[in-house]
Amino acid sequence: MSNKLITLENISKSYDNHLVLDEMNLYIRENEFVTLLGPSGCGKTTTLRIIGGFETPDTGRVVFDGKDITKLPAYKRQLNTVFQKYALFTHMNIAENIAFGLKIKNKSKSYIDDKIKYALKLVNLEGYENRMPDSLSGGQQQRIAIARAIVNEPKVLLLDEPLGALDLKLRQDMQYELIRLKNELGITFIYVTHDQEEALTMSDTIVVMNQGYIQQIGTPEMIYNEPENAFVADFIGDSNIIDSIMVRDELVEILGVKFACVDKGFGENVHVDVVIRPEDVELVKPEEGTISGEVTHIIFKGVHYEMEVMANGFEWLVHSTRMYPVGEKVGIKVDPFNIQIMNKPASEDEEAVQIEE
Amino acid sequence: MKNKFVKWLSLPYALWSMAFVIIPLLMVFYFGLTDKSGKFTISNILSISLPVHFKSLLIALLLSLISTIICLLLSYPLAMILSSMNSGNNRLMILIFVLPMWMNFLLRTLAWQTLLENEGVINTILRAIHLPGLKIINTPYAIVFGMIYNFLPFMVLPIYNVLCKIDKNLLNAARDLGANEIQTFLKVTLPLSVPGIISGITMVFVPALTTFVISDLLGGSKILLIGNVIEQEFTLNSNWNLGSGLSIVLMLFIVISMIITAIFDKDGEGSAL
Repeated sequence: MSNKLITLENISKSYDNHLVLDEMNLYIRENEFVTLLGPSGCGKTTTLRIIGGFETPDTGRVVFDGKDITKLPAYKRQLNTVFQKYALFTHMNIAENIAFGLKIKNKSKSYIDDKIKYALKLVNLEGYENRMPDSLSGGQQQRIAIARAIVNEPKVLLLDEPLGALDLKLRQDMQYELIRLKNELGITFIYVTHDQEEALTMSDTIVVMNQGYIQQIGTPEMIYNEPENAFVADFIGDSNIIDSIMVRDELVEILGVKFACVDKGFGENVHVDVVIRPEDVELVKPEEGTISGEVTHIIFKGVHYEMEVMANGFEWLVHSTRMYPVGEKVGIKVDPFNIQIMNKPASEDEEAVQIEE
Repeated sequence: MKNKFVKWLSLPYALWSMAFVIIPLLMVFYFGLTDKSGKFTISNILSISLPVHFKSLLIALLLSLISTIICLLLSYPLAMILSSMNSGNNRLMILIFVLPMWMNFLLRTLAWQTLLENEGVINTILRAIHLPGLKIINTPYAIVFGMIYNFLPFMVLPIYNVLCKIDKNLLNAARDLGANEIQTFLKVTLPLSVPGIISGITMVFVPALTTFVISDLLGGSKILLIGNVIEQEFTLNSNWNLGSGLSIVLMLFIVISMIITAIFDKDGEGSAL
C-alpha cells in the first residue's frame, strides 16, 4: 500500500496522574480510512486530539509527512477536524461557516465562492448558503461541519464520533456518505467511534483500543474473524468466549468436550480463550451435536432468532434463522475453522474488560 | 383548572407592578406635565434647555459614558481570565469580586470619600513616603472612579456568563481552520459575547447616568449631574413638577441609549465576520 502519512511514536499522555495513553505506536497510511475503536475512556479521542494539535503528548513524537509536528499548534497543521457536536459558528450563516478557513488564508472571493458551491454540492446541501446553523437538522449540521473542513483541502480529515448525535437511520445513511466522500476526495480519514458496526462498515483499518493500549490493528475482516484477545472478541460483535484447554495442535477441549479446530502452535494442555461467533454455532438434533443442551431463551431479531442454549454449564449465544422453542433439547456443532483460539491475557494491557452494550 | 390556578398565582405580581411600577410612573408623567396648580404644561420638560440643566445632563452623559467604556475595558479581560479558570478557583474569585456588593452602596462610597480626601488615608500614605498628594476628591475623576468601582461587577458578571457558555469546541474549530489566537478571539469569542457586553453596558450606563449619590459624595457640591438636579428639585425646592419633567427627559435619553445598543447587538449577531 501507499506511504505512511502519520506516525505516532511512543506517545504517552496522562491527566491528573491517570494514564490515558501508554507508549502508543501507530502509523497511518495515505488515503486510508482508519477507525480508532474502543469504549469510552480508552484513549481514542485523546489520540485524535494529539494528532489534531489540541493536546500535547507527555512523551513521544507525532510525525506528519516526514516532519515532526509534536509541538506545532493546531492552526498550523495540514489537517482538519469534524467535531462531535458539529461546533458550527452560530453567529455566521452556512456560507460564512464554510468560508471561515479560506478567509483566514486570504483566498480570493471568487475562489471562496466556488469552494462553497463545490462543498455544498459534495454534501448534498446546495442552496443552503444563507441559512443559519440553528435552522438545520443535526444531520445537515454535520454535513456542513464536514464541508467546512474539506474546503481547506486537508491531507487528513479527523472525525470525532461525528455520527454520535444522529438517529439510527440517519447514521447509516451518513456512513455511506462518508465512504463516498472519502473516495471522491482521496484523502486520509481518521475516525473515532465506540460503535463497532460503524467501524466495520467504513474502515480500511480498525485500531481497537482499551485503557490506553492498542489491542489489535487490522482490517474489519481480521478484527471480526480473528480477534487476538477476549476484549476484541467481546467488543466487536456478540461472541461466546469460553475458557478452554488446548490439548494439542488442532484439538481443543471446550467445557470438557474435545472439538477439532485449525489452530496450531499453542503448545499442549495450555489454558486458552476460545471465541465462537453466535452465527457459527450450528443447532442440530441432540444426538448429532458435539455437545447437547437445552434452549433457555429466544428473541426474534428480524434477520434471525437470537437464542441462548444451556450446555455443559455454559450459556451459548446462538444466531439462527431456524427457530427452536424454549425447552427444546438441541445438539451444538461448530465447524473447526469457526473456532478461534486466543492466548489468555499475559499482561495488564491485554486484560479484557467487561463491556456495557 | 390548572391554568386558572397559574393565572391566580400571577396576581401578586400584577398588584405589585401596578402599585410600584405603573402608578408611580403615571404619577411622574402627571407631575411632569402639569404645573403647581395642576394645569397642563410642557414647560417642565422644556426646562432641560436651561443652561444649568442642560450642562448637568451633558456632564452626566459624558461621565457615565467614560465610566461604561472603562468598565468594559477592565471587565472583558477579567471575565476572560475568570471563564478560563477551572471551576473551583473561579467560584472563589467571583465570590471575592462580588463580596463588596454585600455591603451597603452608600457605605462603600462614603469609605472612598474618606480614602480619597485631601487629608484622607491615601494622601496621608503618599505624603509619608514623600510622594505628591492627589487632588482627586470633588473632581469629575472621583465621580468616574466611584462609578467604575460601584458598577464594575455589573459589567463583569454578564460578560463572564456569556463567555462561560461559549462551547470550547468552537474555539478549537477556529484554531483547526487556521485561526491563530487573535483571529479566534476577534472572529469567534468577541462576536459571540456581544449579548453579554450589551447587557453589561446597559447595567452600568443606566445607573451611572441617573446616580446622584456618587456625585454627591465624591464630587462635592461642585459638580451637578442631572441626577443631582432632579434630587434637589424634589428635596430642596419641593418642586415635584420640575423634578418629574426632568426625569421624563432622562428616561427619554435612557430609552434612546438602549435603542442604540440594541441596534449594535443586531449588527453583532448578523454580520460579525
